[in-house]
Amino acid sequence: MSARRPAAFFLGGRHLSEAASLALIIPFLVLLFVVFLLPLGTLLHESLLMPKPTTAHYQRVFGEPVYLRVMWRTARIAVYVTIVTLLLGYPLAYVMSRSGGLRLGLMAAAVLLPLWTSVLVRTYAWMVLLQRNGLVNEALTGIGIVDAPIRLLYTEGAVVLAMSHVLLPFMVLPVFSALKGIPDDYPRAALMLGASNWSAFREVVWPLSLPGVVSGCLMVFLLALGFFITPALIGGPQQMMIATLVSQQVREMLNWPFAGALVGVLLAFVLALTIAFNRFIRLERFVGTRS
Amino acid sequence: MRQGQAGAEGRVAVHDLVKRFGPVAAVDGVSLEVSPGEFVALLGPSGSGKTTILMAIAGFEYPTSGRIEIGGDDVTWAPANTRNLGMVFQRYTLFPHMSVAENIAFPLKMRGVARAERERRALAALETVRLGGYGERRPNQLSGGQQQRIALARAIVYQPRVLLMDEPLSALDKNLREEMQLEIKHLQQQLGITVVFVTHDQTEAMTMADRVAVLDHGRLQQVGAPRDLYETPATPFVAGFIGETNFLPGRTVAAAGDGMPVAVELDGGGRAEATAVGALAANAAVRVAVRPERLALAEPAGPGLAGTVIEAIYAGVATTCIADLGGERRVRARIAAGTGGRAWSAGERVGVSWQAADARAFATTAFGGQA
Repeated sequence: MSARRPAAFFLGGRHLSEAASLALIIPFLVLLFVVFLLPLGTLLHESLLMPKPTTAHYQRVFGEPVYLRVMWRTARIAVYVTIVTLLLGYPLAYVMSRSGGLRLGLMAAAVLLPLWTSVLVRTYAWMVLLQRNGLVNEALTGIGIVDAPIRLLYTEGAVVLAMSHVLLPFMVLPVFSALKGIPDDYPRAALMLGASNWSAFREVVWPLSLPGVVSGCLMVFLLALGFFITPALIGGPQQMMIATLVSQQVREMLNWPFAGALVGVLLAFVLALTIAFNRFIRLERFVGTRS
Repeated sequence: MRQGQAGAEGRVAVHDLVKRFGPVAAVDGVSLEVSPGEFVALLGPSGSGKTTILMAIAGFEYPTSGRIEIGGDDVTWAPANTRNLGMVFQRYTLFPHMSVAENIAFPLKMRGVARAERERRALAALETVRLGGYGERRPNQLSGGQQQRIALARAIVYQPRVLLMDEPLSALDKNLREEMQLEIKHLQQQLGITVVFVTHDQTEAMTMADRVAVLDHGRLQQVGAPRDLYETPATPFVAGFIGETNFLPGRTVAAAGDGMPVAVELDGGGRAEATAVGALAANAAVRVAVRPERLALAEPAGPGLAGTVIEAIYAGVATTCIADLGGERRVRARIAAGTGGRAWSAGERVGVSWQAADARAFATTAFGGQA
């Protein structure tokens, strides 16, 4: 039995007092306040109080079909991306959790390297692949599946595909860590009790991995809601998502209050989702994922 | 409850099992037969191969060579989920996302038993392990002992051919462990089920098992009833691993057949009588093994072994005397309380003797060296 580490911070054998811990995170809190909370507060402030206290900007968001369509499209694309990353990411995470050594290293690199590559670079790579004379179209016409190059770029499908690629690691990592935390003894016990491999997965491994699935889905979905570069470049005007709309309002229309209202709606939606899912995850913990 | 379900179905036979991990033979040619309804313990230190044998029987390890039969079927290469065995693991393996009743009903569900029947049998199994009324709880709301009893209920509810147990009590504290040992033993007798039980705890093995198989370095040292292992160990390892033993090296005075009395000239002086284990040649290097409680202490007299008391440890039921016989030889003698005789104290001269039938002379081999 190895000695259990104390939960508190440990530095040179001494515990840090609460004040010292606080002092250490103050620089981060200041940064967070200046570059995140302050601008956000300003925007929300503008959306409610400019030029005078009003809900007009919010009414406009919900009143005009064009903006509702953008929000609906944003949510829909985020759902698709979540589904695609889950379908692609879960099997990958499962194989990773059952591997070790070189194989695990290679797979982890394949998952993580894109994460360290600029989103812009990856998005341009997709543009090269999907354009009219791109690799994908050449392959399709070459095999004879289509007669003439088809439009791939500037479609919703292309946006979902490219965003799924960018966001895949955010699904794989939490699912991998959840699967890794399930002791081998559980599926073994299930097999011993007469379960087929598939039943052992469906009845034991899958339910125990749900907390990872939930946090992966939540992370991907929330990131997808606010995605900017990829939909802006690959989607074009017909596939405009909410982040692009906000940027357009700020930079082209100079309508800061309305941009603030859009941000406010997105923020409220994201917060509500986060709180709901946190409840769910805490419930899972209570039920006891690990013993 | 059902009685004597283990017909020939419950027979387990391991033939010449070898399992290598790279260059290391974890199991090195082990053969073992377990009769229907028998409780056999695989006993050995860590790395002795006992768990590997159990995993091969369970179907989680496939042997390098050898054969495993259960109920007359060759299952050497059969997947674990086709063997119809029950197993209780070392760690608690109740599924944390299911209630206790759902856990117990799980193997029945996997066998396509109807819901009503599943629930009825799960409740009956709960009663069997004396945890009736716990069905709706979650596993993490139970103590370790309760969890293992539920795991036991889950392992017997589908009436498996054989019940395998991998150190199921090692995580429990001592009192609970002793209580559970008897409880499992009684349950096994009541159900008449075959049990193969892995443990590193000799007391546990002796308490529970009809027969104990002692393993060391992947080799089977001896299989026998607890009494046989203790009274007539076949190898120095068994003599040293089960209970306490004094070892004294020496050379035989004359040749002797297996089980015959033999006189041994001890290294460092003195002569002793012992029973030969296997045929011994004259002037063969041997080690004499004798249990502490078989040593008699007396006033030093005549030509017998004698030494000095180093320490006398009083522990209520018995007093242990450690005596130095000279030449780096120390022996422990245990004198049970109430057997009369005088109390010894450090520094006194003492004579040490034993009956030939109580000491065993093992030929010294390259392997039997340490114990």
